[in-house]
Amino acid sequence: MRYVEEFRDPMAARALLAAISRVTDDIGATADHPVRIMEICGGHTHAIFRYGLDRLTPPGLEFIHGPGCPVCVLPMSRVDECVELAERPEVVFTTFGDAMRVPGTKKSLMQAKAEGADIRMVYSPLDALELARRHPDREVVFFGLGFETTTPSTALSIRQAAREGLSNFSVFANHITVPPPIKALLDDPHMVLDGFVGPGHVSMVIGTRPYEFIARDYGKPIVVAGFEPLDLLQSVLMVLEMIRDGKAEVQNQYGRVVPQDGNPVSLAAIEDVYEPRPSFEWRGLGEIDASGLSIRERYRAFDAEAKFGIGYGAGPRHVEEPEGCACGLVMTGRIKPTACPQFGKGCTPEMPLGALMVSSEGACAAYWQYGGARAMEAAE
Amino acid sequence: MNMALRADAKDGVVTLAHGGGGKAMRDLIEDVFTCVFQPASMEDQARLTDTALAEPGARLAFTTDSFVVDPVEFPGGDIGKIAVCGTVNDLAVGGARPLWLSAAFIIEEGCEIALLRRVVASMAREADKAGVRIVTGDTKVVGRGGADKLFVTTSGIGVIPAGRALGAERVRPGDVAIVNGVLGDHGAAILSARGDMALASSIESDCAGLGHLMEAVLAAAPGARAARDATRGGLASALNEIAEASGCGIELDEAALPLRAEVKGTCEILGLDPLYLANEGRLVLFVPEAEAGAALAAMTRLPEGEGATVVGRAVAANPGLVSMRTIFGGSRIVDMLVGEQLPRIC
Repeated sequence: MRYVEEFRDPMAARALLAAISRVTDDIGATADHPVRIMEICGGHTHAIFRYGLDRLTPPGLEFIHGPGCPVCVLPMSRVDECVELAERPEVVFTTFGDAMRVPGTKKSLMQAKAEGADIRMVYSPLDALELARRHPDREVVFFGLGFETTTPSTALSIRQAAREGLSNFSVFANHITVPPPIKALLDDPHMVLDGFVGPGHVSMVIGTRPYEFIARDYGKPIVVAGFEPLDLLQSVLMVLEMIRDGKAEVQNQYGRVVPQDGNPVSLAAIEDVYEPRPSFEWRGLGEIDASGLSIRERYRAFDAEAKFGIGYGAGPRHVEEPEGCACGLVMTGRIKPTACPQFGKGCTPEMPLGALMVSSEGACAAYWQYGGARAMEAAE
Repeated sequence: MNMALRADAKDGVVTLAHGGGGKAMRDLIEDVFTCVFQPASMEDQARLTDTALAEPGARLAFTTDSFVVDPVEFPGGDIGKIAVCGTVNDLAVGGARPLWLSAAFIIEEGCEIALLRRVVASMAREADKAGVRIVTGDTKVVGRGGADKLFVTTSGIGVIPAGRALGAERVRPGDVAIVNGVLGDHGAAILSARGDMALASSIESDCAGLGHLMEAVLAAAPGARAARDATRGGLASALNEIAEASGCGIELDEAALPLRAEVKGTCEILGLDPLYLANEGRLVLFVPEAEAGAALAAMTRLPEGEGATVVGRAVAANPGLVSMRTIFGGSRIVDMLVGEQLPRIC
């Protein structure tokens, strides 16, 4: 496949892997004292396991799997609110596919659909807009979920609805932003990290500048990376080289897609439609200041929170994590998924207990699906 | 044949009256179904005879499957074609020669009769190709919302000749795994045909009957151990079943997987794994290494095996597990699918 195979060339991969080994040795990292790099994005976590990169990199290099899986970090209370919304008789609830299985305290959207709620999987908020046009007698709610990658499209769909005067369309906004949780992780005294691989698709929108604080204030290197295996390996090498050379910079490996200043049209749309919430809850990490977005007053008519009176600020909504769930420890790199007592026992992709088992981009689900756990079991 | 009905039914739709058991129903059955399938009699049961049944040591094979595909017609096929091919293939991969099918239709009120005719014609064509006869059937009409346009259930009977024994439990370490062509075309064609994502593609379903292919393979490689059609859940699920039943590990080679560029692209965009995409005309065959060349040659001589290729082998390591050597030489487990494959957000 053109423009994909080039980024999966085995020869180039071998050369990069050899260089990664060499620089890891130069740093003096060993299995007992590894150099620890966090890949922030769930897409990167998924790629690492899908291509078996974790087994090809040297033992002195440890990947810590970051919080960049929007489905995983969605708090249970918000899933409950989705279900409440979807079960209203007048509502057609539209959502991206992988939010369907996320467990709420009582049920997931998949279960609510089976019980009769009108829930439809869509590939874009524009599909939801089209539903609203076709069903003027129904209230079409779109589940706005995801990082800066998906925020512009919901912002644009809200503006489009405003232009058309579509009064039966609204967005249940759960968009979150990448920089605040990184700051929270860096402020966590338990967190020991040597560098970051940054999410390329997010930077396509926000550029690379929002990460400058990582290098400037915390002295850690970060490389914004693409999603093909060679992108990832090259980015890891770039981070390792900075660590070896004692440098802390923001570097851009994904230059073919990511401009330094991001995408001004997308940023303007986000700015026009959304504003930061004072704080937002992240499953497994807790409340993080200014990490979530809500819809501005001027687009209130398209804000499902306002329309259906179930706002985030409406009351204490925090729901305790299930007992024994160690997602927080995994997400801060303190333990590996396999060290969680519930891993593969009380928590599997069929019946996820914790956030990281929910989506294929979650670290635990990736471990389970691509082999960590099953291979271990078989070896026993 | 009732010519009056044929004329006004041409652009008509099925109504609840067609399910009422009276004249309207009889007319529909005669005009749309039996005039095409031409069963030997209009009795409620078919009476079957075949010389193959009388062979000493021959065994009967019997299978059933229901088809609810949405959309009913898609590039490369329709619900009728899959309903015949699916059941023929279930029989064939077990080593049986498919002989007879039943066909039951659950029709939603409002379904166009022209659509029914197209589906029935496509069933007759596939049955003909596969050398099976549709000998009995049933129709029911349900109210709007009681079904989605049209559901079809086919059951099939075949005969396994004496001395033939295929089974997943017979797979041994060292056996070679062969697929008969590119993977995932059906799943990708259905995704595109649903039209709920803005992806235009030219991918057609791989839907095909595999009875003749299996006969050719078994003649060329009589020691073949097992075959599975890689339908729902894709190649990954078929291999997991074989690994579990045989107690062998199975190692796939990612570089050897036959995938069309369009299918790869669709999967990349939607975050799907082609190993789990459905196929309706693909099987995976396990043969002892010594017969792999003969099996491959027999397959590639037929159009439905044109793209046949070796994708991996059975091994003693990791019993019960399917693993894949990635293009970089890393490895990963290829597990059973959990529920449905859901497209990722970003």
